[in-house]
Amino acid sequence: MSLTAVVIDALVAVCLVLSLLKDREKTKAAILIAWNALKRLAPSVLAVIAVIGLIVGFIPAKWIASSIGSESGMVGALVAALIGSVLFIPALIAFPLAKSLLDMGAGVMAVAAFITTLTMIGFVFLPVEIKELGRRFAFLRNGLSLVAAMIIAMIMGLVLG
Amino acid sequence: MSNLSSLRGRIRWDLAIMVASACLLFSLSIIFQDKGEKAMDISWAFFKEMAFVLPAVLVLMGLFGVWVDRRLVIRYLGEGSGIGGLLLAIVLGTLPTGPLYIAFPLAGMLLKKGARVANVILFLSAWACIKIPQELVELRFLGWRFTALRLGLTIALLVPMALLAEVVFHRHEQESALSPGGG
Repeated sequence: MSLTAVVIDALVAVCLVLSLLKDREKTKAAILIAWNALKRLAPSVLAVIAVIGLIVGFIPAKWIASSIGSESGMVGALVAALIGSVLFIPALIAFPLAKSLLDMGAGVMAVAAFITTLTMIGFVFLPVEIKELGRRFAFLRNGLSLVAAMIIAMIMGLVLG
Repeated sequence: MSNLSSLRGRIRWDLAIMVASACLLFSLSIIFQDKGEKAMDISWAFFKEMAFVLPAVLVLMGLFGVWVDRRLVIRYLGEGSGIGGLLLAIVLGTLPTGPLYIAFPLAGMLLKKGARVANVILFLSAWACIKIPQELVELRFLGWRFTALRLGLTIALLVPMALLAEVVFHRHEQESALSPGGG
């Protein structure tokens, strides 16, 4: 168990105690929300954990490094951005996946592009967005998000790469 | 609402993917013993990390959901304008919880009520990518430097992006009659 995990758990425990002191019913409701979210998320969490094992165990690191490694530059970042736009795994679960990709030699640029597009762009949700907000709004938001993701990725690649 | 049925479909789909990937992992691990051991170790390590962090993060999301009133969010965002409104849109977007498809109807309502396009885009983007509980997980797996830099850049880029989107949006929508609101 890492230090960050301890800090996070402690922080949440404090919040939970404060909430409990203030209102028992609301706290119960919050825990119920958490429990339902856990049930909803559990299958994809477990799937991604298995996929991480598959990637790290069976895909040669040099494949990852050559396709989205720091040497791959903008093309690698663009590939990662497109994958991130299409996939619909929750960001919560994408972070460990991103970590294992980084460990295998993926570039910071590509990983940043992947995470940013994953959270901001959802091709799966595009029909819903169009229905609720209109075609123009949806296309503008998604298009500009892609541009922003690439800029963020480029700067991060330069600073941390 | 079709949202509910599509949600059920997604959960079933998630289950199918889970079973398929777990089966693939186990069978490959048995066939290729040496690589399989490493694969299983990695998966187990990540499982333990998630087991320590995920429940806490979800409880935090639940607490946010209970203590932060969504109607309040709508009211303040609808009135928000100017720099204060832009900042408020970001901050409010980070607080409430739930997936993006919950935010779309909210955002649609805001637009209809006359909120600024830039505010609505900022709200959606913040909702999508700077949720505080979620960032705890990013922090855990990707570290301080990565998380802080990505968040900082995201916020710095979101504001000009939203303003640009607003200008483009208005130029196309109200080409003849109204000019894009400058104040």
